[in-house]
Amino acid sequence: MYEFSDAPNMARRTILKGAVAGGLAGLTGLGLSSFPFPAYAAADAKEWPADAFKQKSEADVLKALYGKTAEASDKISLDAPEIAENGAVVPIAVSSTLPNVTGIAILVLNNPNVLAAAYKIPAGTEALASNRLKMAKTSKVVAVMESNGKLYSASKQVKVTVGGCGG
Amino acid sequence: MASTIRIKAVASGDATTVQSLIRHPMDSGFVKDKKTGKPIPAHFIEVLNFEHGGKTVFTAFWGPAVSKDPYVKFKFKGGKKGDELKISWVDNKGQSDSLVAKIR
Repeated sequence: MYEFSDAPNMARRTILKGAVAGGLAGLTGLGLSSFPFPAYAAADAKEWPADAFKQKSEADVLKALYGKTAEASDKISLDAPEIAENGAVVPIAVSSTLPNVTGIAILVLNNPNVLAAAYKIPAGTEALASNRLKMAKTSKVVAVMESNGKLYSASKQVKVTVGGCGG
Repeated sequence: MASTIRIKAVASGDATTVQSLIRHPMDSGFVKDKKTGKPIPAHFIEVLNFEHGGKTVFTAFWGPAVSKDPYVKFKFKGGKKGDELKISWVDNKGQSDSLVAKIR
């Protein structure tokens, strides 16, 4: 089983320490900002789309998340390796030139549960997300973007030599 | 205890690029413990939120297929050097963490 190694990040961790300390000092001030929103929008587990994460097919995930189907688009770029040697850590980046993107979803069709990650993109944030996913076996990876209320998708086959879901 | 969140937010022009790394097992629930043979229960971050100036700029909804010690990168407009960025996450066991970082 692959183990994430902290060693290469040690140098960076040291550099970041300063930023972390500064951040904590600023914490007290932040909750007092006057906005029509709650004091701050902390991560809320209630927002998590539990139903979508249980689905076993692309169509069911999109129905649960957005209530519609996607059409193929060449305006989505899906950056994933052709061959992933380690299925436990597959870097996947998606971006798009589509206008007004409000949501991004990344699906791994041969995983036990198809939806891997979904992102909410408010106005002013670019149609871009980069992350690392586990892949049980060779699979098609699908990137979906919601743009102007419509769904678009692009896909890529990723070959996995060592699966990332076994023990 | 040290924070589980590491973040690098850099403003360039009108866009701020944010990269974050979080220490979390992200157990899928499909892996068996090698010693006991029993499945390790699912334990993963469900929601990760980034906020700038009182407004959410990026929300991630993650399932157990996101890799251990997850990494995420995104870009938003409107951030300036010195601004605060608040990051928070909550997982399926109700554990959570948050951090306020400065944009560089």
